[in-house]
Amino acid sequence: MNPSDIPPDAAIHETLGDPRLQTAIYTATQRLIDHRKKAVAADALPAYQDLRALAHRIKRHTIEHLDYYLELVESQVAARGGKVVFCEDANEVADFVLNLAKEKGERLIVKSKSMTTEEVHLNDRLESHQLEAVETDLGEYLLQLAHQRPYHIVAPALHMTRYDVADVLTKNLGVEREVEPEKQTKIARATLREKFLEAGIGITGANFVVAGSGAVVVVENEGNARLSSSAPRIHIAIAGIEKLIPSAKDLAVFLKLLGRSATGQPLTVYTSFLSGPRRENEPDGPKEFYLVLLDGGRTKLLADPGKRESLFCIRCGACLNHCPVYRKIGGHNYPWVYSGPIGAIITPQFHGIGKDPWLPFASSLCGACAEVCPVKIDIPKVLLKLRFEVTASGAKGPGERKAFSLWAAIMARPKLFSLFGAIAAHFAPRPKNGAWIRKLSWPMNLAPLAAWLSQRDLPPPAAQSFRSQWKSRKAAR
Amino acid sequence: MSARDNILGRIRTALGRMPGEGIAPRPSFDLQIPSLPDRTALFCERFEALAGKPHLAADPSAALETVKAICNGRSAVAADHPLLAETGILNLEGVEHSFPDAAAQREACALCDIGISSATYSLADTGTMVMFAKPSEPRLVSLLPPIHVALIPASSILAGLEDLLTRVADPAAYSSSMVLITGPSRTADIEQILIRGVHGPGEVHAVVLTYC
Ligand code: SF4
Repeated sequence: MNPSDIPPDAAIHETLGDPRLQTAIYTATQRLIDHRKKAVAADALPAYQDLRALAHRIKRHTIEHLDYYLELVESQVAARGGKVVFCEDANEVADFVLNLAKEKGERLIVKSKSMTTEEVHLNDRLESHQLEAVETDLGEYLLQLAHQRPYHIVAPALHMTRYDVADVLTKNLGVEREVEPEKQTKIARATLREKFLEAGIGITGANFVVAGSGAVVVVENEGNARLSSSAPRIHIAIAGIEKLIPSAKDLAVFLKLLGRSATGQPLTVYTSFLSGPRRENEPDGPKEFYLVLLDGGRTKLLADPGKRESLFCIRCGACLNHCPVYRKIGGHNYPWVYSGPIGAIITPQFHGIGKDPWLPFASSLCGACAEVCPVKIDIPKVLLKLRFEVTASGAKGPGERKAFSLWAAIMARPKLFSLFGAIAAHFAPRPKNGAWIRKLSWPMNLAPLAAWLSQRDLPPPAAQSFRSQWKSRKAAR
Repeated sequence: MSARDNILGRIRTALGRMPGEGIAPRPSFDLQIPSLPDRTALFCERFEALAGKPHLAADPSAALETVKAICNGRSAVAADHPLLAETGILNLEGVEHSFPDAAAQREACALCDIGISSATYSLADTGTMVMFAKPSEPRLVSLLPPIHVALIPASSILAGLEDLLTRVADPAAYSSSMVLITGPSRTADIEQILIRGVHGPGEVHAVVLTYC
């Protein structure tokens, strides 16, 4: 591919050249890898592989009958006194929240972590209408103050140091500079506690939408989702239409996989199963409940049975942690809120492959993501399909296609192959003391090769090619 | 056409389905309940591993003494639960309960040090307490105060999630909110350093009533 096809090239180099950031990404993901590994080991969860296969089947069944389950959840939520609101896109979600806030005379909204609302840039829209929308997950709160987007699905602020946090808190809250994470957390707790008690509307995401119960399931460790869904008068849950599962029983499969795959926890600290507003005999809880179900590009994925499984994702983040590309370039160099392997497959499908054609190529296809995915999404397979589509759409330009046809022609002809091999070996530089090649000189310094080498070093060519070594050894025997 | 009809229409076109069409049988599986000989011991062990504080009480007066020691004169709000009345916890000094309305209860929960409740079930294999929103288990008592104390009848400790979902096939049939609480509130959002009590209680006690 053309180096010019990679828009964030400079940004990626910046990330790669920042040793502090590299260490932060590496240690954070390594810790999550280690925790997951222990939690899904045979002695801790003997049924792990069966659960994965079952989770995949349940998701496939739900997605392949999605119209049925959406109508079911709609009627069940209504039966519990709540209301389902379907939204085509981000704007419709923001419109709904804005109008509701206006109609009910509410100004302050507390929000708990939700990737779906990140998708719709809800906060910007709300703020432009003089509504205050406060993120309440500690990491998300810090990001909101710093005007950044999440770095990781599960650990949104993993790129920030305690010193960054100190700066952000001092600048925005006017508090004295504090570098102890424990005290920083206390400051955030106190500030956000007031917001929880004052807010008229609480917005949460949903990890699962249980169709048969008309309920949303929210998992978290901090308690901010419980507060957002219990303290304000109105609770709005916002979820993508793919979050459905048929019944509460299925949680025995999904909850066992989600916490373990994400952070190695058998269960997160809080798992809330919420259905409708408070009932008549209940002493507290919201008086109104809305479930917003967003399409936002999801229906585009349904037609192709091979790529449909991209919608099975339960956002555990395991594929990010295990991805050698994510672990080097981090979260912010991906073009959208979803980063890592899952971002690489859903971003082009939600937005159209024309927008970020380089994305499906930013992978080594090592397969680590598919191996750890709790719902067994075959991410490499989907990446290959997308690569094919990008190429077929002509987005890669005629030069590259010609180059690869030529390459294929040479590879298919052994004589030509050894001829070109010999030529390349003849012209290749031979750095002193067996050092690796970092630069090519004329006539080999072609643009694509130079671009390739700008990221990698190449071992010097062997004195004798593999093929001729093979021949002479065979003869000697 | 509404967004709803558009979305359902696109889904049906993509999947080749008709409005009102039924579904193929869903993947079936059995909830297998592990047989655990000593659920109380396992619950305490797992709960403690999460930094929860387990206590055993062999009779109501022991439960009362335990809660009294935890409160140690600090202010508390208690749920109106028969178990709490029975043990005399509702009469402890500094313990408020039976509020005239939701607003009063909420304010008390926001100001006090300790929330005292029961839990409908507990799960041994994960050290989890299961609470349903109802008059005797308000949502905010286990959420707003920095310390949460729950009285748990030993007989209500289940093996685990499978056991719970067998007994309670549809939690929505009972309450608008079922919450599984597995240890104290925590975060690791700043430099992956574990900190307890970020929004929910940072200290959680389970007083296991071995007599009921
Ligand atoms: S694709 Fe799989 S591994 Fe990646 S976040 Fe989604 S569920 Fe987790």
